[in-house]
Amino acid sequence: MNKIWLIIQREYISRVKKKSFLVTTLLIPILMLGLMATMAYMAAKSEQKEAIAVIDESGVFANKMDTSSSSYTIKYIKDGAHENHTTLLDKNNCDILLHIYPFRNGMPDSINIYKDGGVSLSAKEFISDDLNSVYQIKQMQDEGIDKAKIDSINNSSIHIKSFDLKNNKETSSEIATMIGYATGFLIYLVILIYGMSVMRGVMEEKTNRIAEVIISSVRPFQLMMGKIVGIALVGLTQFLLWLILTGSLQILLPLLVPELRHAMHPGSATGMDALNKVPPSELAGIFQTLSSQNWTLIISCFLFYFLGGYFLYAAMFAAVGSMVNEDQQEAQQMTIPITMPIILAFFIMTSAIKDPNSPLAIFGSLFPLTSPIVMMARIPYGVPAWQIAASMLLLVAGFVFMTWISAKIYRTGILLYGKKATWKEVFKWIRYS
Amino acid sequence: MLEVQHLKKQYATQKAVDDISLTVKTGSIFGLLGPNGAGKSSLLRMITGITMPDAGNILLNGEPFELIKHSPLIGYMPEERGLYKKMKVGEQALYLGQLKGLSKTETLKKIKYWFDKLDMQSWENKKVEDLSKGMSQKLQFVITILHDPKLLILDEPFSGLDPVNSAVIKDEIYDLAQKGTTIIFSTHRMEQVEEICREIALVNKGKLILNGSVSEIKENFKQNMFQLEVDKPIEGYEKNIIKHDGNIYTLQFENNGEANNLLSYCLEHQFKIKTYSEILPSLNDIFIRLVEGDNGGVRQFDSK
Repeated sequence: MNKIWLIIQREYISRVKKKSFLVTTLLIPILMLGLMATMAYMAAKSEQKEAIAVIDESGVFANKMDTSSSSYTIKYIKDGAHENHTTLLDKNNCDILLHIYPFRNGMPDSINIYKDGGVSLSAKEFISDDLNSVYQIKQMQDEGIDKAKIDSINNSSIHIKSFDLKNNKETSSEIATMIGYATGFLIYLVILIYGMSVMRGVMEEKTNRIAEVIISSVRPFQLMMGKIVGIALVGLTQFLLWLILTGSLQILLPLLVPELRHAMHPGSATGMDALNKVPPSELAGIFQTLSSQNWTLIISCFLFYFLGGYFLYAAMFAAVGSMVNEDQQEAQQMTIPITMPIILAFFIMTSAIKDPNSPLAIFGSLFPLTSPIVMMARIPYGVPAWQIAASMLLLVAGFVFMTWISAKIYRTGILLYGKKATWKEVFKWIRYS
Repeated sequence: MLEVQHLKKQYATQKAVDDISLTVKTGSIFGLLGPNGAGKSSLLRMITGITMPDAGNILLNGEPFELIKHSPLIGYMPEERGLYKKMKVGEQALYLGQLKGLSKTETLKKIKYWFDKLDMQSWENKKVEDLSKGMSQKLQFVITILHDPKLLILDEPFSGLDPVNSAVIKDEIYDLAQKGTTIIFSTHRMEQVEEICREIALVNKGKLILNGSVSEIKENFKQNMFQLEVDKPIEGYEKNIIKHDGNIYTLQFENNGEANNLLSYCLEHQFKIKTYSEILPSLNDIFIRLVEGDNGGVRQFDSK
């Protein structure tokens, strides 16, 4: 036991002392926050509106278009129908030219947009939405519907609230999606990044022949588990540091750059379209559901699946690392059978977020190779206790089984030099050792 | 010290070790010889507990070998040196010493002792990747003997070392043997064996083909060859003369009696004898003779 502790220590310290660890630990939160801040900052600053010049030969749209947009202003131009488009834009100091040709038989015939360097999708969408609503109102009026009636219809909207029957509280699927996606994605990243790190470590020990020296002192299993546990601790340390760093940066940054104070708080962020469209009362609801989420369950499940998923895959990565030689390409090839289920789990997760109780999602959250990623997507929606229990038990069983198999492969592979092991040989190692 | 009984190890395509039995006495320096790929390293790996034999027993001081129990008694230096490239020399020695079961303070004390003795003090904070091949070899040797093993197993200990460092390591090996350490070392370089070892085992294609003390083996393999230097030509021994250079003759006889007859012939005829000595075969000759008689010594893969 003492020896495995020595191995864990070495694996941990040698990694944490590396410059690359320090750099990624410091840089990633700074980069992420920097990116968010610049995005928010840019959004806040880019209040410059684009001006749309409108030539309306049909007479249907003039003075009826929506002018309340925060991104576009509208200027109607008379008598410009036959002028050159570029000179028209220059003369009126506008960016976009909307040319509506005369209607034919009461129907819109040809409507064109012109811009130097092409029209952006958002401009086209804005114009098309705007024209459509004006045209629909015109058609309704033509059918004899009262203008006041049309306005009242246009302004009415339905607001839906969702409730969780079991816990008898209001839920927000947006928040559940966010939490599910974020946690599932994090576990996906952890498994890939730290799993690969385990594999590289094993390959290093094999190619440098250190394994031979160490295995004359400790059992191969101790060496393998020492490495896996050591790297898990590195991962947890990095996570903790990220949490602390992001937390403190979030507090510090707005103090240092006052313009950001406004932009950084999601409730008032100008850049976040999705939140902008949500009425204020619903926004309050989101924060309420955010705080009413079962955080103890989410965090403890996250830690469990984080570690469980990592240990399950790390053992497999170690086995593959022991099977290959120096060749990086060879290693990449051999990891395909391991990375496939991880990527599959990621896809099941994205579908589980949309439909958390579909048979695929339930299967994915029980099957040990995919459950660490898929289950996290389902947890915020509420999962029956028996499913969580079954999934956790299966994950532990899967981890024990995989470690057992991997240890057998590792024991033989780590001492075998010269050639790449074929899968057929590997099955022999499992059967005979 | 060490007894190996009917050891067998089969790899996927071939028998790496095929029914080998050996005994190594306490305090002896034992040479394990054989061409490349003969199964030396496979045998040593089983003795060190790195791999398990398919069949057979390994007894250490009369007890069946157990890795955890006996590992502190054994020091093993593999043929391909194994060190963490990015680790500092001192940390590495400390780590590997502790893995052998030494406490931290003990390990540090031993490191200081050996680094002082072998002039390695300035290396302590260097990374292994900054050491030359010979330097890292020396380091590996020190790490191997850090925990005072009772059985020291060295796989090709001198490969890549310059004569000065070879001599240093050789002296340490003698020294350790004097203090009662049993040493097994494997090599394919015969002149080293002849110089250092008293007992040897010759392995080829997984099989033990020769085992015993160096002098015994030479005695067994001598071909009754003699060298004679006299002042005038000899007559009547034409069939025995293999070559002659002036009056220096190399002769071969059926048995020792005939050799004595030559001596009496020389005395009778008043020859002045400058030298008359038996030519013993070198281990190299024996090795080549045994190995070449057997498919040129190259291991063939089974067709399966």
